[in-house]
Amino acid sequence: MRCGVVVFPGSNCDHDVYHVLKHVMDQEVSFLWHDEETLKGAELVVLPGGFAYGDYLRAGAMAALSPVMAAVKRHAEAGGLVLGICNGFQVLLEAGLLPGAMRRNQNLRFLCQDVYLKVERNDLPFTRDLSLGQVLRLPIAHAEGNYEDSPERLDALEAAGQVVFRYVQPDGSPAGSDGVGDLWNPNGAARAIAGICNARGNVLGLMPHPERCAEEILGNTDGLAIFQSSVQFGAKVAASGYGGRR
Amino acid sequence: MTVLQEPAVSPELARSQGMTGEEYERLRKILGREPSYTELGITSALWSEHCSYKSSKIYLKEFPTEGPHVLEGPGENAGVVDVGHGWVAIFKMESHNHPSFIEPYQGSMTGVGGILRDVFTMGARPIACMDSLRFGEIDAPRMRFLIDGVVRGIGDYGNCVGIPTVGGETGFHPSYNGNILVNAFALGVARRDKVFHARASGPGNPILYVGSATGRDGIHGATMASESFDAGSEHKRPTVQVGDPFTEKILLEACLDAMRTGAIVAIQDMGAAGLTSSSFEMAGRGGMGMRLDLDRVPLREPGLTPYEMMLSESQERMVLVARRGREEEVVKVFRRWGLEVAPIGEVTSTGRAVLVWHGETVADMPVLPLTQEAPVYRRPAEPPADLALRQRAPEVPVSSDPMGDLRRLLGTPELSSKAWIWRQYDHTVRTNTVIGPGGDAAVLLLKGTPSGLAMTSDVNPVYCYLDPRRGGAQAVAEAVRNLACVGADPVGLTDCLNFGNPEVPEITWQFREVIRGMSEACRALGAPVISGNVSFYNETEGRSIHPTPTVGMVGVIPDLRHLPESCFLAADDRILLLGNREGAGEFGGSAYLRLLHGIEQGLPPAVDLAAEARLAALLRRLVAEGLIHTAHDLSEGGLGVGLAEACFGRRMGATVELPLAAEADLFSETQGRAIVAARPFTLDKLLRAAEEAGVPAWEIGTVGGPDLVIRSGGESWKATVADLHEVWSTALPKALGL
Repeated sequence: MRCGVVVFPGSNCDHDVYHVLKHVMDQEVSFLWHDEETLKGAELVVLPGGFAYGDYLRAGAMAALSPVMAAVKRHAEAGGLVLGICNGFQVLLEAGLLPGAMRRNQNLRFLCQDVYLKVERNDLPFTRDLSLGQVLRLPIAHAEGNYEDSPERLDALEAAGQVVFRYVQPDGSPAGSDGVGDLWNPNGAARAIAGICNARGNVLGLMPHPERCAEEILGNTDGLAIFQSSVQFGAKVAASGYGGRR
Repeated sequence: MTVLQEPAVSPELARSQGMTGEEYERLRKILGREPSYTELGITSALWSEHCSYKSSKIYLKEFPTEGPHVLEGPGENAGVVDVGHGWVAIFKMESHNHPSFIEPYQGSMTGVGGILRDVFTMGARPIACMDSLRFGEIDAPRMRFLIDGVVRGIGDYGNCVGIPTVGGETGFHPSYNGNILVNAFALGVARRDKVFHARASGPGNPILYVGSATGRDGIHGATMASESFDAGSEHKRPTVQVGDPFTEKILLEACLDAMRTGAIVAIQDMGAAGLTSSSFEMAGRGGMGMRLDLDRVPLREPGLTPYEMMLSESQERMVLVARRGREEEVVKVFRRWGLEVAPIGEVTSTGRAVLVWHGETVADMPVLPLTQEAPVYRRPAEPPADLALRQRAPEVPVSSDPMGDLRRLLGTPELSSKAWIWRQYDHTVRTNTVIGPGGDAAVLLLKGTPSGLAMTSDVNPVYCYLDPRRGGAQAVAEAVRNLACVGADPVGLTDCLNFGNPEVPEITWQFREVIRGMSEACRALGAPVISGNVSFYNETEGRSIHPTPTVGMVGVIPDLRHLPESCFLAADDRILLLGNREGAGEFGGSAYLRLLHGIEQGLPPAVDLAAEARLAALLRRLVAEGLIHTAHDLSEGGLGVGLAEACFGRRMGATVELPLAAEADLFSETQGRAIVAARPFTLDKLLRAAEEAGVPAWEIGTVGGPDLVIRSGGESWKATVADLHEVWSTALPKALGL
């Protein structure tokens, strides 16, 4: 599968995502510079973590307006796969490709730690290798991961099945939510939401970093399935002739 | 045309910039005339303690700087060691104490920024940071503000640039109430044949300025860092630089890209004393001269004088020498990253630095006499008058409640969990972190090879205060032990030598003795010094900090397959105490005496370097052969604290039987010891290996259950791991009032 990793000035997980796709998944990967207007034929586009343009405004706010994002939007509208991780998720929110917004973490501090996620959708191109209700352990590293939206829109998001990952306790029982940040939902995200997709299911954003736990030597491979699912989906699509080379 | 209005130069003006009368005379002699205002500013910065090492140079010569892995020792921006498979590690540690005390957030930010530039300016991609922090008592004035600011600054900078902060240490002691320490370490990796240097060569080659424009921040920062604090130090805030991690990140990527063009001859970051030290050092190292056209220096605001341009410490700037005719290739790379780049001059063969501004020569000075022939002092050294009193053997109070004392020790900020701090640092970015903060040593992948890099930072300032020579040796020995616990062989160390005012004989004596102790340990344990930094004048109103020679040591683990952890992993594992038990009962400078009984007295524990070498070799062998699950070094707080820490990782208890002479021996800080745990059936092999290595070993207990149980002489003490963990993990945030 041809994969593209977007590089904004200030992206700092671009090499990590590239490494997993290229060396762990053995895929064809290229970097997509922020001022490029095409995606060089990428079928899976990943927006990596980091601090795009320094994030001196709101996280992701400036990146959402970069030339490459116009191409990413077209790609998403055509049904192409877009995965936003951490800062990439923030960019997708700011670009309007996913609903809602991020506030600063409940305790107003950057947090780097493992969290537990419950899988609520396993029918997406990104999650087909996961099982429903499965609990994943993934690391987070962010200062703005406190997902927020109005109660009505959160209801609608849940009703439409767009919540893909939720922070939970290690045994899968619910974490605190609705602004009550606790040990298991440390950034205080509304309804403990950690990752969401668009209505069509081809755009996924999540705060934790699956690329940081995709190799045995790092002591955790819980993130690998997300890349595997995406790549396998790509292979199937290619075999069926759908999509083709854009 | 603007006419330069500058103060008249005089010995008095020189004194106000930190130059002595003799130094002023020396400058006049070198120039053969009175210096101009700009020349005086340049010289006072170059000859400041911070830049010239004038009080430390003669002692630093004692360090062993060569070893089988060392490719480049002290002298460049950072040291270079061979770590195998065609890779080198480039690392250094540097202090940012004074700025961090004045303005903690910007001070610590720019400390991290500066050390990262030292590493990537040599062509290495930074892959890890550590920070060694010393704060005063948490209730001291401004201390909570300082702690919060320093931690936020380190986090905001490293997190944004995307370099994991994988280790470090944090201590608290009243001697830092008026002068905190922020020591930042960075390590990068490069291919062995792709290391860059800051040596100008090739007359006619253009000098390029890249990165942020120059502003008025940090002017005379180096001079400020070479003075003591007094009550009015608040007014020094404008001498603190302001950091911009985003610019650093793109500067890092742009520099690494530009280096690949092959069009760069030499490159150097602008750190302390900004454009002055970077250009003079680069020319000096290459035995060259230079001509700088100051009208071409990118400025944040108009109207900066040559003096301000040369002394500004605006951050995220580099100066480089390009190959003549190929400068466009370099310029293109920096433009692509949206960075300012300007040709500001050229290399000359005259050996002189000529600075031109508005058509006028504002400085014309010989480079070498200013850089390599800076003044050198052998300051008088004398032990403190009360040394005998300090070292008098203390009365060691009996511990009537050893488990209660352990609980109290674990609840002190000093010995408590530092997770509140390191959770705010991204320690997993770059996907190399095998063991992050909280263990004995951090371990990183050397991607594409079976090997790993291990790193640790260590020092016990109380030991150094009570006996600087022993303290210096102990810091090195503990670092070697920490590396050995993950199976790593040391390849080199960097240091940050934080001391008081060297003009006070006691301080110079401390400095000399610490270096003596460190050098002895470095030689005995095979850990050469490859880079480092000296920070003097860490005192406020005449009160000096404890001598704090922070050691940052790096080692190589040949094979990561059998890496043990610092905590207990499996029930029924047998626990062994390795190393010196004979000297049990050494309490001088111990956490037990200091934190529970307020006694800071006595000779610190003896350091037996030969025994340390044997222990380290044994530990490395046990790891290499995959014989152990757990290895944990014993240091502050002794065996009691070491056992509790080993229980915390997986919340797994242990039952141990100790032949204690006295209950308090649980907290003795006898050196050269570690605990290991392994499957019962490997016990014989372990004991045999220990015997072969000449390391005493005792089976002291078994892993398992919810409690830590300690038995001795028919008595038994017990606590739940959950309770001890709660005390240990919440102590720091509680003390900070969070």
